[in-house]
Amino acid sequence: MADEIKMVDIFLMGKRYTVPETLTILDAMEYAGYQLTRGCGCRAGFCGACATVFRMADDYELQVGLACQTKVEDGMYLAQIPFFPGRKARFNLDDIEPSVAHFAQLYPEVYRCLGCSSCNKVCPQDIDVMQYIAYCQRGDFTRAADISFDCLMCGLCVSRCPANIVHYNAGLTARRLYSKYIAKPDPFLVERAKAIKDGEMDAEIDELVTADNEKLQKLYNEREIEK
Amino acid sequence: MTYTPQLRELMKKVEETRPSRVGVNFPRMSQEERQDVLQKFHPDYIEDGFRELKVGVDKGARLPNEMADVFESWSRLRDVELDLKAEPAYDVDVLIIGGGGAGASAALDAHAAGANVLIATKLRFGDANTMMAQGGIQAADKENDSPAIHYLDVMGGGRLENVPELARALVMDAPLVIKWLEDMGTMFDKKEDGRMITIHGGGTSRKRMHAARDYTGAEIMRTLRDEVYNKEIPVVEFSAAVEILLDDQGRAAGAVLYNIETEEYQVARAKTVIIATGGSGRLHYRGFPTSNHYGATADGLVMGYRAGAKSIYADSIQYHPTGGAYPPQLLGLLVTEKTRGLGATPLNINGEQFVYHLETRDVASSAIIRECEERGLGVPLPTGITAVWLDSPILELIHGEGTIERQLPAMLRQFQRFGVDIRKEPMLIYPTLHYQNGGLLINGNGLSTVENLYVAGEAAGGIHGTNRLMGNSLLDIIVFGRRAGRDAAAKSKEMPVPEKLTLEHVKAYHQQLEETNAAGDRVGPVLLPHYTHR
Repeated sequence: MADEIKMVDIFLMGKRYTVPETLTILDAMEYAGYQLTRGCGCRAGFCGACATVFRMADDYELQVGLACQTKVEDGMYLAQIPFFPGRKARFNLDDIEPSVAHFAQLYPEVYRCLGCSSCNKVCPQDIDVMQYIAYCQRGDFTRAADISFDCLMCGLCVSRCPANIVHYNAGLTARRLYSKYIAKPDPFLVERAKAIKDGEMDAEIDELVTADNEKLQKLYNEREIEK
Repeated sequence: MTYTPQLRELMKKVEETRPSRVGVNFPRMSQEERQDVLQKFHPDYIEDGFRELKVGVDKGARLPNEMADVFESWSRLRDVELDLKAEPAYDVDVLIIGGGGAGASAALDAHAAGANVLIATKLRFGDANTMMAQGGIQAADKENDSPAIHYLDVMGGGRLENVPELARALVMDAPLVIKWLEDMGTMFDKKEDGRMITIHGGGTSRKRMHAARDYTGAEIMRTLRDEVYNKEIPVVEFSAAVEILLDDQGRAAGAVLYNIETEEYQVARAKTVIIATGGSGRLHYRGFPTSNHYGATADGLVMGYRAGAKSIYADSIQYHPTGGAYPPQLLGLLVTEKTRGLGATPLNINGEQFVYHLETRDVASSAIIRECEERGLGVPLPTGITAVWLDSPILELIHGEGTIERQLPAMLRQFQRFGVDIRKEPMLIYPTLHYQNGGLLINGNGLSTVENLYVAGEAAGGIHGTNRLMGNSLLDIIVFGRRAGRDAAAKSKEMPVPEKLTLEHVKAYHQQLEETNAAGDRVGPVLLPHYTHR
């Protein structure tokens, strides 16, 4: 089917290249001859390295996407954002609480949110970014953690924010606060960890570690599988 | 409407058989059947994909051709003038090469032990397979489970070829690792009362797969990275190590770093070195697509091997049974094993199941290859390859509507981006190159066969034998990252600052390459794959 592939014109930083229309932006850049360093990571939509801003010819509207997760289109003008100098607050998780007061010290700029929704418009994960910033403002870290969870930290929200909020770092801090202090710790995990440290699990495993392969294979084949 | 009319027609067969498959388990293979399908169809057993290594400490070992190519290559420093007596650009106790989950865990524990640590990484900090691991992390932290039961699964899954000491360390540390991550504020899926939600994975006998939705690795990686920044551990990005430096007694004493952007070489001196560079999927063994990160090019194996570290099971590669096959933009991308874990079934062109949905990865992959190649029952795709169905919509029947959106949000989004709704339409899959089962041989502290040279994460070998189970890789990077970090820190305290840094081992390796004429014009490590899509 190689000979049936339609070609389209795209503009990498203003320069025109003709590429197959089936390619993602990332693949198209490589097709055009680029060896990517910045702007390319997992190539599967998980790492946020390949945030890309584009505009279609004759349209004024800027659009965004992950280069590895967006197909090229004819007349696409694009540039990648290689890095964004967003601030991360340093903290010792053991010394802070999930409170408005502590959060406001770490990320005071969240209170400067203008409610413009620019962050929501650019999020390639379709996260309601502005809403989780609002939850952070209120100290509702449970909801902030839940909504912000799928964030890839690509930085597009930060690039558009007129209040200079670093949403992705605020969201990450909210999730760590929620997970450490609001979600309950697993009680049995504490017990199991203690039992291991106290050597209570040693005898059972050492019997297997010293067993010969014939015995191990038999035990493995006959092991009970939880329904 | 991404699926063509032909595919939509074939999809009807999947829909027809779906109700009859709910709640019915396809029979597991016997040990003989498993062995048979592996030997006939698993790429590890296809001999023309391998050759004997001509140089180095494992001379004569069997390696995949593509890995042998990078092992048998000239150093990038062959024509580079480097003053090893000058003041080094970096001077630390513990040098960690690689910024994935293993490197970050090693850094945190080495730092906690009081060492002065540097992380050098080829791309961004966090650019690693860790970030992409979706399905989960194993640990025996339920009443009906124990590290011993976990051990049996690890060993059986690994065909009993695992190094017992390493498998023991893996399962015994597992609950401690989950606790460590929980304390660090990692957002695991939990019940109201705090208990971890755990499910099965391929080859598990207990439900011990912990997850953070289907972003498990990403959640772990971003938490570890955040903590490394909190501790103000220095990280130098876009600086790939290209050779290990030794001292005049043959002990690891640093590395030569290559700044990918300025193209300069710099010396990092260290009392101990940890290789945490990950895997090698981007070498594309046998032309397979891969689920791996862009940077997975076996750098650490190449450097470590040149420095004299022995490898183990480097010829054992894991093909993940559920790689994306269609639409073409998703070729090779991982469809998380959690999809099978929840009950999605692989089906042939007739909508019939042909393998138990929770077989181990090696067996499931081989069964899919057999279905397509030998039995001719694969689904032909417009791109010229064949694939099988993975019935995702059945999950909504088994667990109720909304299951996919709740449990597999990353998968849902990824397929939606290219026009497939996996709640209503089954996926098309084919095995993808996923993991390097072997690597550089380590002991329980992560120490390689070279003094002061540690290895952690996918670059290390022996833990998983010749087949790793799902959820044991996220586990191993942290278990052995931490163990290596602690031991490397302790060892660094006994060591003076290395005096005579040397690359004599590279010269000696070159000598062997010249004698055997093995390298051609290849230079390694390759650092990044080169794609043209033509």
